[in-house]
Amino acid sequence: MDSLEIFTEKLLVELDSFPVESLKPDTNYRQLPEWSSMHVLIIIAFCETEYGITVTGEDLRGCSTLRDLHNLLLTRQ
Amino acid sequence: MATFTTVGSSIAGISAAVPAVRIDNMEYELLTPSEQQLFVKTTGIRYRHVAGPGQTTGDLCYAAANKLLNKLNWRVEDVDLVIMVSQSPDYFLPATAIILQDRLGMKKSSVALDINLGCSGYVYGLTVITAMMQTGAFKKALLLAGDVSTAATNKKDKSTYPLFGDAGTATALEYNRDYKIAFDLNSDGSGQRAIYIPHGGIRHPIDATTFEEQTLEGGIVRHQRNLWLDGSEVFNFSVREAPTSIQTLMNLTGTSPDDIDYLILHQANKLMDETIRKKLKFPAEKVPYTLHDFGNTSSASIPLTIAHACRNRQALTTKWLLSGFGVGLSWGSAQLTTHQLVLPEILYI
Repeated sequence: MDSLEIFTEKLLVELDSFPVESLKPDTNYRQLPEWSSMHVLIIIAFCETEYGITVTGEDLRGCSTLRDLHNLLLTRQ
Repeated sequence: MATFTTVGSSIAGISAAVPAVRIDNMEYELLTPSEQQLFVKTTGIRYRHVAGPGQTTGDLCYAAANKLLNKLNWRVEDVDLVIMVSQSPDYFLPATAIILQDRLGMKKSSVALDINLGCSGYVYGLTVITAMMQTGAFKKALLLAGDVSTAATNKKDKSTYPLFGDAGTATALEYNRDYKIAFDLNSDGSGQRAIYIPHGGIRHPIDATTFEEQTLEGGIVRHQRNLWLDGSEVFNFSVREAPTSIQTLMNLTGTSPDDIDYLILHQANKLMDETIRKKLKFPAEKVPYTLHDFGNTSSASIPLTIAHACRNRQALTTKWLLSGFGVGLSWGSAQLTTHQLVLPEILYI
């Protein structure tokens, strides 16, 4: 599993509608104006393709920052 | 898991018809311009063809079938069997296939039946029709697959409305002992509510509450006769099961992506299909899409993609892997070879 910094860097490429400066590991991404339900699917696809780890919509409802998400993936390795 | 091979039928041609009316998702007013861009980029769906009032799945499949019969120079009286795959039939009853048996002018001794499946339906339809042809009792057959899904989507539901388009297709098959098709089929009814229309059947007939709209999370508005879709559950299901089914089939036939000319995936959305493609390590040029122009056309999406995207790209002999996955939950894959497949131009009616 990548470090939080590398994970954030890679995911930001996929979430390219977010300005890099607005999305840090502890930012509550749900409160950003760019956030949309489409990003849930992008994150699910990213975790599946990049790490071979399945996360569900239910899992993501329990996450609001990239750090939460990274911690979730660490438990699923 | 059911994995097996049918022997004795080859596909001679595939045609498709879509409504002439085209909707542009970049003009969908419930999404902001940046949301429209994100939607089109992520799903791959820019345009959708939408049936007009009174235009049915049967109308689209009839047009596709007529075009194909003419192009193949087949006499309709030689067609013994017609199977229709749809979840948006012309009537609750009778079966649309029987209506089309008459409308196409097929003889009364022919066999006509419907199969009620959606995204996986084309693969299941191929299974049933080739299994019946394997008996030797049917020399020429038509598999019709189509849906007017937009009849059940709510324009105020931005999670489903911009995904779906309408289409009807026809696939002509003939008896030929030299051909075989390998299948892998699966079902999981525990996921029945991941994609469903709550009211309108016997379980929940249409009543006074049916058309009361509900506002859900994210401002999504639906009523009980609309299509309800759990996007993330369907996504998880599809990227888990479709690659497994395709890999099972390749293991059965002892093939790898190098041996296949085209992998045709049910056109669900680009993000989902690309995740499946990458998991299977199929090169992008072997996995064509029609999502940009037609959206998700349910049971029609596999034959529509063959007819549209492969029309000028097939070799004399072509090896195909097809995979459908979705409503049910139901999923299946097929591996087959075609020789000089006839693919007429798409009809816009």
